[in-house]
Amino acid sequence: MNHVVCIAYVPDTDTKIKVGASGTSIDEAGVKWIVSPYDEYALEAALRAKEAKGGTVTVLTYGPAAAETGLRDGLARGADEAVRIASEGVGEADSLAVATLLAAQIKTMKADVVWLGNKGVGTDAQLVVPMLGELLDLPHVTLVTELDWKDGSVVAHREIEGATEIVEAPLPVVIGAQKSKAEPRYASLKGIMAAKKKQIAVKKPADLGVDIASMSGANAAVVWTKLELPAARQAVKLVPADDPAKAAEELLRLLREEAKVL
Amino acid sequence: MGFPGVDFYGIDEMLSEDERAVRDLVREFVDEEVLPIIEECAYEGRFPKELVPKMAAMNLYGPTIPEYGLPGLNNVAYGLITQELERGDSGLRSFVSVQSSLVMFPIYKYGSQEQKDRWIPALAKGEAIGCFGLTEPDFGSNPNGMRTVAKKDGDDWILNGAKAWITNGSIADVAVVWAKVGGSDGPIRGFLVEKGMKGFTAPEHRMKMSLRASVTSQLAFEDVRLPGANMLPGVEGIKGPLSCLTQARYGISWGGIGSAMATYQCALDYAKSRKQFKDRPIASHQMVQAKLAFMITEITKGQLLALRLGRMKDAGTMTPNHVSMAKRNNVWVARECAKLAREILGANGIVGEYPVFRHLANIESVFTYEGTHDIHTLILGQAVTGIPSYNPPME
Repeated sequence: MNHVVCIAYVPDTDTKIKVGASGTSIDEAGVKWIVSPYDEYALEAALRAKEAKGGTVTVLTYGPAAAETGLRDGLARGADEAVRIASEGVGEADSLAVATLLAAQIKTMKADVVWLGNKGVGTDAQLVVPMLGELLDLPHVTLVTELDWKDGSVVAHREIEGATEIVEAPLPVVIGAQKSKAEPRYASLKGIMAAKKKQIAVKKPADLGVDIASMSGANAAVVWTKLELPAARQAVKLVPADDPAKAAEELLRLLREEAKVL
Repeated sequence: MGFPGVDFYGIDEMLSEDERAVRDLVREFVDEEVLPIIEECAYEGRFPKELVPKMAAMNLYGPTIPEYGLPGLNNVAYGLITQELERGDSGLRSFVSVQSSLVMFPIYKYGSQEQKDRWIPALAKGEAIGCFGLTEPDFGSNPNGMRTVAKKDGDDWILNGAKAWITNGSIADVAVVWAKVGGSDGPIRGFLVEKGMKGFTAPEHRMKMSLRASVTSQLAFEDVRLPGANMLPGVEGIKGPLSCLTQARYGISWGGIGSAMATYQCALDYAKSRKQFKDRPIASHQMVQAKLAFMITEITKGQLLALRLGRMKDAGTMTPNHVSMAKRNNVWVARECAKLAREILGANGIVGEYPVFRHLANIESVFTYEGTHDIHTLILGQAVTGIPSYNPPME
């Protein structure tokens, strides 16, 4: 069973986001980049499947050279190979552009399961999993917390509102991983040393036959027009509670007259 | 928010990519797995045994060994591991130091093939825990005076005596125990004593106020019968245990910097957010700045000392005297930083919401164990004058 795990290199979730000078992207100065946490769950599930049933795990990303740090981390945790689709020289790429590039690369590989985090914590668009399914003409299952293996198919547990939905899909399949009980492992020191010796394959969009200029930057299907931070939170109004009855009256008055929610 | 690192002098640039990767892995582990639980562990006097398999999976035990599936790291990378672990807790770092430097090292270096094949993989995987028995109730700085004795009985050895202040003692599956062979004038040899052997007990030291998240025990041997094959064949004399201590003290030289980084970072963050007098942060006060300036300067000097020591160890030019200087200095730095951080935090410096008092209490042990501060002073005194001021045991 061969697994391809697509990982996105995103700003650390602790980052204090600032809007960049263009007004349409974030200021990347001082941002620490990490592998998107949901992708870590996807990688963990793939590694466990490989350990249980054999096969290989390849980590794949679209991004700049710096994103190779994320691929190295994947190799250090136990992935066998790594591929980077180079973003150098490409304008702003939307979900469709990224999915198109990933699909073009995956078509050159023998993948039984294509794994992604259910969403990247960068833009949270949640589009790449279904897009990749369509572009590869494969079934896809989102929000997967657990997977059982059958001959030629998988049984996936989906986390839905207040319940678990269980669906079966034939292989090959695209899986969007949700946070699950299988906590992502730490790399081992042995893995770090071994990962360093491995070659990361780098592909340009043209190598994959994708005319990226026609679908990125100004030609992208989705164009960022403006990025702004949420309004700063207003100061909290505290109602003194020395006299509870009076305080309750005052609270009611404020909710009616000032907040106008009652 | 993860630990940002303390690097006033761009020392990161003097580390290789691998060394930084190792450091960053352990740093992340400490931030995510150790810091959220360690304050309560220390308060309750509980060793976080649940971390043992996680650290094993990361290859934190015996990481410099190049065999048995272990990564064979260089000594600088090993030092960075102990630095980060001690940034978490000196007790946790002690656990790893003992496992790696005081148990796996002597078995790997002085053990028979059978001893190595049996114990190194088990210790590396955390399936077995080890401890090291040298210090005795009446013999600390002068281990040569030890009273523990092993006497030959046919092919076996009969072990009698007691050890004290043994990290991991009561949770250990194997104890590397140093004893005099034959009688009180006999040569010192190392023995592997296994949990459950008749006559071997390990009562814990009670009411410990320091290193509360690690186990410290006595070891008592009453006619413990050891198979002849349980003696370490590769070394005889006090240089056996002292060579192990050199390894452990090397790690502590880095560990002290880790502890100092933790208390410094906490004091710096606190000073910038705590406001007194006209709503200004106490970091604007000259006396607070003087303390922070002292801390960052001493930490930086300690980092350089540790890094140079590591490079010498990797080059094979490090001597025990070099280790004495770094252990003595860097643990002192940690102790001073813990005290100053406690002052900067005021009353908040004594509660477990901050890591400072735990480090302050821990470092008192580290100041004394693995060669007391004063003994290392005398070793340095002898190194520069050529005159021993006492009768020190020599490796």
